[in-house]
Amino acid sequence: MEILVCVKRVPQVGGKIVVTADEQDVDTRMSGFTVSPHEECAVEEAVRLVEQHGGSVTVLTLGPAEAADQLRDMLALGANRAELLETDGREWGPIATAEAIVAAARAGGPYDLLLFGNEAADTGDYQVGVRVAHALGLPCVTGIKNLEVSDSGARARREYRGVEEIYDIALPAVVSVKEGINLPRYPSLPGRLRAKRATIEQTAPEWHAEGLRKERLRVPAGEVKRAEILGTGADAVPALVALLDDLGVL
Amino acid sequence: MTVLCLVERDGDGAADVSLRALTFARSLAESGAGGAAAVVFGPGAPAELSAYGVADAYAVEAEGYAPQAWGHALAGLAAELNATAVVAAGTDRGSEVLAHLAAITGLPMAANCVSAAMTAPGAFQLVRHRWAGSLLEDSVLDASPALLTVAVDAVAAVPASAPAETTVHAYQPALDEADLRVSATESAERSAGVSLATARVVVGGGRGVGGPDGFGPLEELAGLLGGTVGVSRVVTSEGWRPHKQQVGQTGTRISPELYLACGISGAIQHMAGCMSAKNIVAVNTDPDAPIISRADYAVIGDLNEVIPALIAAIRDRS
Repeated sequence: MEILVCVKRVPQVGGKIVVTADEQDVDTRMSGFTVSPHEECAVEEAVRLVEQHGGSVTVLTLGPAEAADQLRDMLALGANRAELLETDGREWGPIATAEAIVAAARAGGPYDLLLFGNEAADTGDYQVGVRVAHALGLPCVTGIKNLEVSDSGARARREYRGVEEIYDIALPAVVSVKEGINLPRYPSLPGRLRAKRATIEQTAPEWHAEGLRKERLRVPAGEVKRAEILGTGADAVPALVALLDDLGVL
Repeated sequence: MTVLCLVERDGDGAADVSLRALTFARSLAESGAGGAAAVVFGPGAPAELSAYGVADAYAVEAEGYAPQAWGHALAGLAAELNATAVVAAGTDRGSEVLAHLAAITGLPMAANCVSAAMTAPGAFQLVRHRWAGSLLEDSVLDASPALLTVAVDAVAAVPASAPAETTVHAYQPALDEADLRVSATESAERSAGVSLATARVVVGGGRGVGGPDGFGPLEELAGLLGGTVGVSRVVTSEGWRPHKQQVGQTGTRISPELYLACGISGAIQHMAGCMSAKNIVAVNTDPDAPIISRADYAVIGDLNEVIPALIAAIRDRS
């Protein structure tokens, strides 16, 4: 089966998130970049499906030239082909992003399965996969934590408010997945070497403005406080017990 | 002029997240966008709508959950009522249905809004979450109707100052066969035990636990406090514990009375999942760990020393 997985390059933020002086971006001078967590799981899922059923995995991203690094990381996990839709560094909205992916899916396909992460770690727009499905006339399921593919189609599962929902869908289809669907493998050394040498296909779609426009980013007020220190080591236990008592949880 | 709000059901009533979305919709309506109306799927309307000031509720004929069909029904209703905005809670369902609506209509959609006001017909000023609430984005939206999901962690449910008498209108959507090709079957299985999302006490474990064998004392403590164990992302990505125990942006959002975070440094990915906890108590060897500046209380020390001593002290009391 032929699988397309769409991933996004996002800042690797740790204990603190800092906004650039022009308030337009996350300051990444002190951090690296990574693939959104849900999407790394989408790549792992695609690689497992191809190991099981044959075929190939194409990983695609829309981003700056440097996003080739993230594509190589995904090739090292076992993806076979990589495609970069190169931007000039401007932030793309979900409508233009979906359009560019649709054009790439038409040109590079046909695909039996298009996998997405449920939402990107940074913008959290929740919609690119659904827009792509509509444009291609494909069925679509989101938030998926378990996926089985057979000759007759796919069975996808997710949990919603403590109840498991099961979706039986025909292929081709769009499926957006969540972290937890699998535990991504560590890239192997041969995988890394192959990824380093691999050719990345490149195109440069055209940016366009959308109805939703970011004015500025800011860190929520009142986020930073200083904890009241109850004590050190086991000596703090009486104070901790008194606190739990106060909170009514004992 | 109507702000339409998708209201999800919880048993016979409205889901708490939808009451938060209704509060958001009412505030948007008061900024000049019209009156807030509710959309429910299936017959009848939940009783809470009246207290939330909903005068009109549209009960869409539907059999079960079919995301594209729900999106299509909302598109029909929004057009018929000339809606200024369509609002839904930013849940898996709300986000999915609104994304279908956005794809069907070709309109932009703003996810995880904290506040919204109409500044002119078809023009909106928004604040929305990025990084699951670790950052805020001020943005403008030109769209008619505006499609908005609500960051439900950040908006409280507040009944209207005066209740309304709710009139329920039955609505029959015009659907295609394609709208119904994806629909949910509910499994009979129910998760057992205390649910992480609704637990009153969560005992968290992070890298400081040291390995898959170190969670016994945390489980024991959670049991004593009537709570459950949650873990940070590193714990699940190392395979020490299953992902369903992960608290964080890509795991479960929790809102307990007490979150006792042990050996957790406090990466923003983790804090996004516990920002609704009423009280955060950190147990950490590092007084400069990021979690110390986000917690209410802290014990500076090794969890492998502090937690067994705490368990012993609690057992001594009883």
